[in-house]
Amino acid sequence: MGPLVPGLIGNELNLIVALFIGILFGFILEQAGFSTTKKLVGLFYGYDFTVLRVFFTAGVVAMTGVIIFDHLGILDLSLIYINPTFLYSAIVGGLIMGLGFVIGGFCPGTSVCAAAIGKIDAIVFVAGSFLGVFIFAEGYPLWENLYKAENWGGVRVFETMGISQSLFALMLAGVALFAFWMVSIVENKVNGIQKPHFRITPYYIALASIGGFIMITAFVLNPNKTEILNEIENESGTQNFKFNYIDSDEFAYRILQKDKTMQIVDFRKSSEFLKGSFPKSVSLTIHNLFERDIEKVLAVNNKEYIFIAEDEETEKKSVLIANKLGYENIRILKGGLNLFNQEILNIKQNDFQNMKINETTYNFRVRASEEIPVLIQQNKNVKPVKKTTARAIGGC
Amino acid sequence: MENTKYMNPYLAGFFLGLLLLATIYMTGRGLGASGAIKSFTVSAVEIVAPDHAESQKFYSEYNTEHAGNPLKTWLVFEVIGVVIGAFISGLIYNRLGFKVEGGPKVKTKTRLVAAFFGGALFSFGAQLGRGCTSGAALSGMAVLSTGGIITMMAIFGGAYAFAYFFRKLWI
Repeated sequence: MGPLVPGLIGNELNLIVALFIGILFGFILEQAGFSTTKKLVGLFYGYDFTVLRVFFTAGVVAMTGVIIFDHLGILDLSLIYINPTFLYSAIVGGLIMGLGFVIGGFCPGTSVCAAAIGKIDAIVFVAGSFLGVFIFAEGYPLWENLYKAENWGGVRVFETMGISQSLFALMLAGVALFAFWMVSIVENKVNGIQKPHFRITPYYIALASIGGFIMITAFVLNPNKTEILNEIENESGTQNFKFNYIDSDEFAYRILQKDKTMQIVDFRKSSEFLKGSFPKSVSLTIHNLFERDIEKVLAVNNKEYIFIAEDEETEKKSVLIANKLGYENIRILKGGLNLFNQEILNIKQNDFQNMKINETTYNFRVRASEEIPVLIQQNKNVKPVKKTTARAIGGC
Repeated sequence: MENTKYMNPYLAGFFLGLLLLATIYMTGRGLGASGAIKSFTVSAVEIVAPDHAESQKFYSEYNTEHAGNPLKTWLVFEVIGVVIGAFISGLIYNRLGFKVEGGPKVKTKTRLVAAFFGGALFSFGAQLGRGCTSGAALSGMAVLSTGGIITMMAIFGGAYAFAYFFRKLWI
């Protein structure tokens, strides 16, 4: 499951990967004609819209790909870099960039590309770029407030707009197609020529149908996660599932035996977990189950997993999700921790006569009610298992 | 004779999109450019005036965010790749050669002065906006980042708004 950094691709190798990605990036930019300022600026004067076509197509293709990869579960979105939103600096910075674009005729990536094939204006643009960073750095205290104001974090645009991911993606693709059509009209007018806006050649038909097919696949797909959560919520998935239970006594016994084949997975709130938890247990939320690194916790050979939560319902939900994600060998604590507390930890407060258990069981439970709290107490200083992988660092 | 036949823009966009997707899949991050300029600048200042760099907040914040040598970062390697890739493409299609391009009525000197200040403005804006057309706008669009899309609209909106005033440079 992606991203492959830092798991499969180490940090040193990542730099080599960067070099190769850069070579392809530079090659494509040059091939598209981004190494000449005339083509770039044509966008703003209406005579050449190559930039818009390349840029929008690339954006929509990559976006669609990310949505599909997310759905298929081969890319963990919680680990990729989402450019953070700082509202004011994004707008002001963007406007200044726009000004630099029409004055200088390049943007940073294209200037490097054009400089590489000997365009002197591009080399001068790159030289100016160093000055720009230098000025920003030296005057940093002056614009630091603007730079850091209105921090929304790594929000995603469909969340900001309050619509679904699919709807936004569809809208963006629609806007792109409309723009492609419009700019062809403008281009013809400005250049005083009559080219057809759409050319129906086998080449275009093939490209459009591949595009169309991929888009449709992407937009009928909900994120996999939402789908699973909805299904569990509607209980349509719970009907035929056979849960494996562990009862309070066996659970208590195995804790006391310090049974290493048992891995307790605690689905209570992390605040509750921190107040007290069973030895060697790990704290997870149902959202953690979707993350890539969780395999290290939930897919270890010869381990039996016991999912616990305050109530049995939560335990069941977690098991169903884990099951859908392909994790096996899971049992749940019968009656949840509520019943466990009642039957074991608080045994003495109960009336022995009414409990319908034999004396051996009763004695065991009394012993457990004294020893398990000690183990919990000893476990208190142990920190919950931290997530091992951090989100990728990106941006410029 | 220079070959001015470029790739079909939709096909180029398709390849660029696939490359961006592959980049995100492999490295968890998108493409970029202005970050490398920043790394070079920070590195130069740290070599030329280490005491100054230490006393200024920008450089210390940069160093807390990027451990290690500023030149040993992902974007620096990627941009070195861009130079190589563009050069190869230019070589194959016979587009190498030193020259200045600009609008038909503009003097070479004016064009170069404008390019210099344009570069300075663009990279200043890219620092403020946390990325340029590649790092913020394109990569931001791919992951549907709100900030990236706002920056994209501001860049192109700004360019259109200011285009009229600088038309003599281009048409």
